[in-house]
Amino acid sequence: MTVDRTPRLLVAILAALLVAGPFVPQWALFLITIALAKGLVVLGLMILLRCGLVSFGQALYYCIGAYAGGMLGRLFEVSGVFTLMLAGMVASAVTAYVLGFLLARYRGIFFGLLSLAISMILYGLLVKSEALGSSDGFNVLPSTLFGIRPEDEWVRYVVLAVAGVVAFVAALLVHRYLKTPLGGLAPAIKDNEIRVEYMGASARHAIHVNYVIAAALAGLGGALGATTVGHIDPEMAYWTTSGEFIFITILAGTGSVIAPFLGAMIFGIIQTVAFDISPNTWQMVLGSALLVVIVFLPSGLWSLFRRRKAT
Amino acid sequence: MQEAVAVVIDGIIYSAWLFIAAVGLTLIYGVMKIVNVTHGSFYALGAYAAASITGALLAHGMPPMLSYAVLLGSAVLVAIVVGPLIERGILRFMYVKDEVVILLITYALFLILEDVIKLIWGVSPYFIAEPYGLLGSFDVADLTYPVYNLILVGVAIVCGVGLAWTLTKTRTGKLLVAVIHDTEVSRAMGINVDRFYVVTFTFGSMLAAIGGAFTAPTVSVVPGLGVEVIVLSFAVVVIGGLGSLPGAALGAVIVGLVRSATIHYLPQAELFVIYLVMALVLAFRPRGLFMLAEARKI
Repeated sequence: MTVDRTPRLLVAILAALLVAGPFVPQWALFLITIALAKGLVVLGLMILLRCGLVSFGQALYYCIGAYAGGMLGRLFEVSGVFTLMLAGMVASAVTAYVLGFLLARYRGIFFGLLSLAISMILYGLLVKSEALGSSDGFNVLPSTLFGIRPEDEWVRYVVLAVAGVVAFVAALLVHRYLKTPLGGLAPAIKDNEIRVEYMGASARHAIHVNYVIAAALAGLGGALGATTVGHIDPEMAYWTTSGEFIFITILAGTGSVIAPFLGAMIFGIIQTVAFDISPNTWQMVLGSALLVVIVFLPSGLWSLFRRRKAT
Repeated sequence: MQEAVAVVIDGIIYSAWLFIAAVGLTLIYGVMKIVNVTHGSFYALGAYAAASITGALLAHGMPPMLSYAVLLGSAVLVAIVVGPLIERGILRFMYVKDEVVILLITYALFLILEDVIKLIWGVSPYFIAEPYGLLGSFDVADLTYPVYNLILVGVAIVCGVGLAWTLTKTRTGKLLVAVIHDTEVSRAMGINVDRFYVVTFTFGSMLAAIGGAFTAPTVSVVPGLGVEVIVLSFAVVVIGGLGSLPGAALGAVIVGLVRSATIHYLPQAELFVIYLVMALVLAFRPRGLFMLAEARKI
């Protein structure tokens, strides 16, 4: 029996992040934190992709998470970072639970298109709602950790540490979940749904559960992203945001729970570097990267590690 | 009363625009089973080509009345150059892949084309207002409309009727229907499927480019022009049923009228209502209003 290395690897990555954090420049801290936030969304998309489902509307839950956190601050002046993330997660999960009854019946392109339509509905609503700042969005209150606001030069590091711990816990839980019978059903659903049902399992139920988990993770990521950036706007629900998440999911692959975070990090690096070098061609670089990965690494960047291990 | 007339006329004009922009998408999906995100890029390419070529020719003293032909010509030109390049160069190697994966590939191509456009035309906006005002205006129930809008409606009708006629009445169209129904058998019967694919893709993209070209005089042509068109055309096409020609027409009319009604009576709901219709149609008739349910495959 092979040893499960993932938990150990996760601990090592978290430790490295926490130790190296204080020595890393501020802009890099910001980059890593955003990558962790996006990685959480992608972790959810990875769970769905394992069932063969590609959601072109995951920005819906990212946006709901961000707005839920942001509105708690705006209306009730709540600023505890964990409270905000919990709010984002719950708001997204509840929405997904309701929508899941509908969406769990869809497969393939129709699942993607319906989730796209729903996320665009939210976009349309937010753009026209003046109370929430219309298309400009609004600024999020500076968040606090257990009631304390860290000193300015430590803010980024503290947010990163929080994000790291949250991502660590989420990744570990998802890793465990994928090993449960329900979590293990996903590849079977992807391969042949009817056989899954002959075995006595309900594909629709499994997809519904996975859908809610994915949404909860996206909500968590959204609240975290909002806290990090300090501003939220309806663009977060636009289809290009969903496209970005799908992009990272494909880039990363479904091989491991670490892959989404790695993918988000690489995406962030490509984006930043390409944008720095030539601001007018960064999308071209991203598009080409996506094309290359789809053609040459259909199972994502993570398959690079796996192949090396096998030989 | 006047408002109702305005709703209907605005709705018709908007529907015509939507139909031109979206019908190519349904054609490409119907034949090749590709949900083509680059459709938005072709829309933008058409707009840019039309704006720059027409603008340049007008500056060199071309008679303004010719600008309509130039608009059309630029769209055709850009699609004939870029369409086959993308289909032959990249997409044809991808047909074995899953529908969703091909969608992602076109998304990657869309990202690339967005920047290609910026590299060719730069980031500053293009204006060619001349063709818009040239034909004067007409009055309906005390409301004034530019005659230019009639051109849009005309182009939409020509596209729709022309496509329907080609598909049902010509030899090429009948062969194409055979390809749609069964690629492998068509191939076995000696139909050159590859040629149909490249022609369909180019022609479908050309329709998007024409949509962009004829919109160019009414807007400022800026980067990111195609981004919104993609979701809008998805909405139109999904409402009618992916791959259905009458479906695209119906979808365009529904979205056009619904949007123009909300703009007049409930402006806050303008954007949201289009996607609400899309979601409702998908919820109750997942394959669109014009498509039959498909049996599950074992």
